[in-house]
Amino acid sequence: MEIKLNQICKNFGKLQANQDISLTIPGGTIQGILGENGAGKSTLMKILSGYIQADRGEISLDGKSIRIHSPADAIQHGIGMLHQDPLDFPPMRLIDNFLLGQPGRLFPDWKSVVGEFKRLCDQFDFSLQYDTYVDMLTVGERQQLEILRLLWLGAQVIILDEPTTGISSLQKQKLFETLKLLAGQGKTVIFVSHKLEDVEALCDRVVVLRQGKLVGDQLKPFNAKKLVNSMFGKPVSLKESKGHALDRVALELRDLALEEERIQIKDIHLKIQAGEVIGLAGMEGSGQRPFMQACAGFLRPVHGHILVDGRDMTGKNYPAFKQQGVGYMPAARLEEGLIPGLTLSEHFTLAGKSEGFFINDGHWQEYTREKIQDFNIKGKPNSPVESLSGGNQQRAMLALLQQPLKLALLEHPTRGLDIESVIYTWSKLKERCCDGAAIIFTSSDLEEVLLYSDRILVFFSGKVSAPLSSRKTSIEQLGNLIGGKDWATIAAGVEVAA
Amino acid sequence: MTRQRWITLAFQFGALVLALGFTTLILLATETDPWQAYKYIIIGSIGSLRKFSDVLVSFIPLLLVSSGLLVTFSAGLWNIGVEGQITLGAIATTWVLRLLQGSSLPPGVIIALAILAGMLGGAAWACLAGALKTYGGVNEIFGGLGLNFVATALTLWLIFGPWKRPGIGSMSGTEPFPDSLWMPMIPGLRLSPWALGIGVLFIILIYFLMKGTHFGLRIKAVGKNIKAAYLHGVPTTRYLMLAFLLGGGLAGLTGAIQVTAVYHRLIPSISSGYGFLGLLVAMLVNYQALWVAPVAMFFAALNIGSIQLPIVLKLDSTLSGVLQGVLVLFVMLMDGIRQKITKRWGGGS
Repeated sequence: MEIKLNQICKNFGKLQANQDISLTIPGGTIQGILGENGAGKSTLMKILSGYIQADRGEISLDGKSIRIHSPADAIQHGIGMLHQDPLDFPPMRLIDNFLLGQPGRLFPDWKSVVGEFKRLCDQFDFSLQYDTYVDMLTVGERQQLEILRLLWLGAQVIILDEPTTGISSLQKQKLFETLKLLAGQGKTVIFVSHKLEDVEALCDRVVVLRQGKLVGDQLKPFNAKKLVNSMFGKPVSLKESKGHALDRVALELRDLALEEERIQIKDIHLKIQAGEVIGLAGMEGSGQRPFMQACAGFLRPVHGHILVDGRDMTGKNYPAFKQQGVGYMPAARLEEGLIPGLTLSEHFTLAGKSEGFFINDGHWQEYTREKIQDFNIKGKPNSPVESLSGGNQQRAMLALLQQPLKLALLEHPTRGLDIESVIYTWSKLKERCCDGAAIIFTSSDLEEVLLYSDRILVFFSGKVSAPLSSRKTSIEQLGNLIGGKDWATIAAGVEVAA
Repeated sequence: MTRQRWITLAFQFGALVLALGFTTLILLATETDPWQAYKYIIIGSIGSLRKFSDVLVSFIPLLLVSSGLLVTFSAGLWNIGVEGQITLGAIATTWVLRLLQGSSLPPGVIIALAILAGMLGGAAWACLAGALKTYGGVNEIFGGLGLNFVATALTLWLIFGPWKRPGIGSMSGTEPFPDSLWMPMIPGLRLSPWALGIGVLFIILIYFLMKGTHFGLRIKAVGKNIKAAYLHGVPTTRYLMLAFLLGGGLAGLTGAIQVTAVYHRLIPSISSGYGFLGLLVAMLVNYQALWVAPVAMFFAALNIGSIQLPIVLKLDSTLSGVLQGVLVLFVMLMDGIRQKITKRWGGGS
């Protein structure tokens, strides 16, 4: 089935998620859609699969213009989407999930359904048992189930959103085989990814999105360098990173191994000096969060040791890490970092040292006023935090970071801030570095990572690079590493250089 | 900010009008003159000193249990188990009174010890629900509900078993305690000034605890965002347990007062629904300790005022329950509507 998108536009408030995107995908091909986080890939796919509606533009299938109002509409037209997180019902059996979404009778004909299921399994050589429960399956197997379900519902077009996140390489191989088989049957496969190597291995054609626009378009064989350039924009000239590193180790990781639901990280050896800034680069979900959480005591390592300021903290919990001078700033401001309903001064009271039983209100009001001035927060001591703008909430969280601070772990410290606020935030953070705090931060903005960190760790599906010197790394090299390319050569090369 | 305050107030007043309107409709449907009904409620509650003192007798437990619930509510906990905590408080008080009634201790000391035991009993029962939640992953609503049933069964077993009256157990409860073990009463009335003093003392304590102390702030922080509170260094599990402890202690005190100042024995329905009514009060005041006393007083007046409805108007006295329940529903409904509307305004501008 041929899909034609014509000048699709979608705005969320001021954010232009999709701008005039036109694209034709012939039937029987695998189309790759490449782009950074927030480039507008998911928005475009959600429009195509009926989860949201475009503000403008036209979708046609085999030359016939159609309107898609809901996911059910989309599947009626033969368009099915496989989400990044499988939308299944874990406490139910496979066969029940398989049946879901099937318009049907009160009493399904189990025998024929099971027969169909087995036939489809055989066709793709999946080893799924129809009567097991979904929560027993791996992510890869759940994808297989979802693909079968979509096919059974009559999907001619299958959209996959970042399907290779969290599955094993064997399962990835299986998935790719399946997708090629589907394309061979004349179905259209749309493969959304930020991983260059996956796109290269699988797709017949690829388009690149950046900031809501379609900026690149290639047929096989691909020019990887050009793709990276279109993904991240022009290479940016780098300013010098300011080094404040002191001759003292703030954090030492010895042979650390971590495990979280979808990701396993092994063999981390690292020493971070006091005053040093370490940037973690990598696509979301590549292992940065468990890494940071382990450094704060939220996640217990399965192997190895964590030393903060020379003291072995392995196996201790977050309060102990906090005691040792570790501060954590989560990305979700109002969900994890601040307490909606409490005022700024209540936050400072809570985070500060409590002396006595009663709150010395005058003292804390004054303290809050100082912090407000110091951190340029637009708000009053009695302002509830939820009434502040995002940037001011961010500044409040920075101001709340504990004193003294040995190690600050910051998730996306400047996400959603305008450029001025970013510069201001970093000037404040560098002050803490001068006081001897080491900083580890994540960011999806490679430019920011290169600009402000002394050394960089690249994460790619659970692999962690050796620390790269930010002065000797270019944005293209980082882009390639993030996409899983050139790990053998660049990582090794730069490691030697550093 | 002040404008928003006025809007909120207007909506709450609207809720009161709607609740009265709804109750009036019910009265009309049963072919009763609503004015008559309301008149009798008012006369029945504040018509005489005696009536008003009865209102106060009902006000004391409601005040105590609501101030305890204020703490658990602030910690983000739905302490449905409060009924059982009142019951356990009453049981513990009865136990100590029975234990010591033959001893040579002065009655004042015995009563004080019994009340203390009641607080501990309620606190222990609440901690059970708390431990189930924090260590066992059982939601406090389910844990509390289950423990309520256990508490009721325990009361019945005691009344008809080990603590039964000489001869045969009866639904009227255990053998009444001698006058000397009663909390001192105002002559001619059922009201104990001591009980009233305890009630007023504790709401004032809770008010200052929640408003002006680090403890209260941490409890609020845990209730509003437990993740962030932990991040800022609040030992969240400990504060959840402390909230249960305090809420349960006050519920237990309620039970102790019911035994020592009202019934002077253990009866099967010793909690008299004050726990659930207290939940309504706590919901209605929306975490503000300042409003607990007036709202509890209003509810108590409704309780007492409706007592004579069956006699004079052949209406069931549950009318007060209808009005109380409807009032809470409308207040919450209006609050929901207000938030929706103000959000739309905010989004539009």
